[in-house]
Amino acid sequence: MVRRTLRPPFTIPQLVISMEKLEYHFSTPSIKPAVGAVICGVVGSGNLEVLVRPADTAASCTIEIKTSARGFGNIWQAVLAEFISQHAVGGTHIAINDMGATPAVVTLRLGQAIRQYAGDLR
Amino acid sequence: MTTENGSARSLRHSYFEATARQRLSWLLDEGSFRELLSPTESSPSTHLAALDIPGAFDDGVVIGEGALNKKPVFIISQEGQFMGGSVGEIHGAKIVGLLRRAQRDKPSAVLFLVDSGGVRLHEANAGLIAISEIMRAILDTRAAGIPVVALVGGSCGAFGGMGIVTCLCSAIVISEEGRLALSGPEVIETVAGVEEFDSRDRALVWRVTGGKHRYLMNDCAALVEDNPVAFRDAATQLLADNAFAPPGLAAQQKNQSRLQARLEKFKDMRDGLQVWQALGIQDPAAIPMMNCADLTRLQKELYT
Repeated sequence: MVRRTLRPPFTIPQLVISMEKLEYHFSTPSIKPAVGAVICGVVGSGNLEVLVRPADTAASCTIEIKTSARGFGNIWQAVLAEFISQHAVGGTHIAINDMGATPAVVTLRLGQAIRQYAGDLR
Repeated sequence: MTTENGSARSLRHSYFEATARQRLSWLLDEGSFRELLSPTESSPSTHLAALDIPGAFDDGVVIGEGALNKKPVFIISQEGQFMGGSVGEIHGAKIVGLLRRAQRDKPSAVLFLVDSGGVRLHEANAGLIAISEIMRAILDTRAAGIPVVALVGGSCGAFGGMGIVTCLCSAIVISEEGRLALSGPEVIETVAGVEEFDSRDRALVWRVTGGKHRYLMNDCAALVEDNPVAFRDAATQLLADNAFAPPGLAAQQKNQSRLQARLEKFKDMRDGLQVWQALGIQDPAAIPMMNCADLTRLQKELYT
C-alpha cells in the first residue's frame, strides 16, 4: 500500500499584505518655507499624502515613504530623482504615506506640496 | 499648518467629492481655522502600523477652532477617503478631546463634518470604545449648553457607530447625496441575503438611507444641495435660530415613543417609495428627481 502525505491539490500562494518603508537622501539647493509645515493629499486608494517639514540640513532633503505597494523601490528612486532635478527642496524633511499611487500622481502631489511649502499655492 | 484649501468656496464645488480639509476651509470664515493636533503633532495609528498598513498623519480626522459668520465654533472633519472615515483609537481620542475642550471653552457650537462608515474594524475594541466615548462626549457637550451640529454629505455617509453618533447631535444637516443609517447596505446583504436588501441597487440604497428620505422622515433639520455654500448657509442659519433642545430625559422619551410609533407604522415596508406614500405624499415616484427647495416645501407641509 502506498502511503501519501496529505497535501492540498495546488500550492497556496503566500499572501503578503505588508507595507514597505523606504528612505532616500538627496543633495539639493535649499528652499525657503512660507509658513512652516504643509500637508497635501489623502491616504486613499491610488492616492498619497505628503507632509513637508523644515529640517536642519540646508543643502539636503530626506524623503521617508511608507507604502502599501511592496517592491517598487526602483520606481520611487526614479520618480524622486526626477522631482529633485526639477525643484530645490534643501532644508526639508518629506514624509509620504502612500496607498498605491501611480508615479504620475506621486509627481503631481510632490510638486503641489513643494509649491504650497514655498507659498506659491495657498 | 497650511492645507490644500486653495480654491474659494463656490457653487461649482462638490461637498461630496471634497477632502476633509477642503470642506472645513469652505465651511468656516476665510482664514479663521486653527488646527489642533496638526499632522506634525498628531501621530498615525499604532494599530495599523502593527498590521503593516500605512496610516495617515492625522489618523483621518481634522480638529480645530474657527469662526462661522463671526461666531466662534469648534470643528471636526472626518476624511472619508482614508479607510472609509473609520474611527480608530487616535481618531476617536481627537474627537473626544475637542468635545471636552468645547465644554471648557464654550464656543457657539461644534460643527461635526461626518464622513464615516463607523468603527475601524482593524482596531477592534479600541475603535468600539472610541465610538462610545464620542457618544458620551456629544451628550455631555450638549448638556453643557453647546449645540453639536452634524453635517452629512460625504461619500461614506454616516453608518455604524457614526450613524448613532450623528443621531445624538443637536441637529443634522444633510444633502441628497448624504446617507444616514446603522448597518450599511453591504452589511445587510451579507448577513441577511440579497433578497432582503440588494446593496448594488444604488437607487434603492438612497431611497432607504439617503438624505431626502431622512429629511422626509423628519430626522434632519435641513436638506441642502451638494455644495459648500449650501452647507455653510444651513449651519449659519441653525446657529442664528438657536432652537436646539437640550438632551433632557423628557425629550429623549418623547423621541423614543416617536420612533416606536414609526417602527409600528412602517415595519412591513421594503422601499422608501412605500414609506413616502404612507406619509401621505401624492406622487412618491417624483421624489428622487425633486430639488431641495421643492422637497423642503413638501416636508414643511407634512409636518405642520
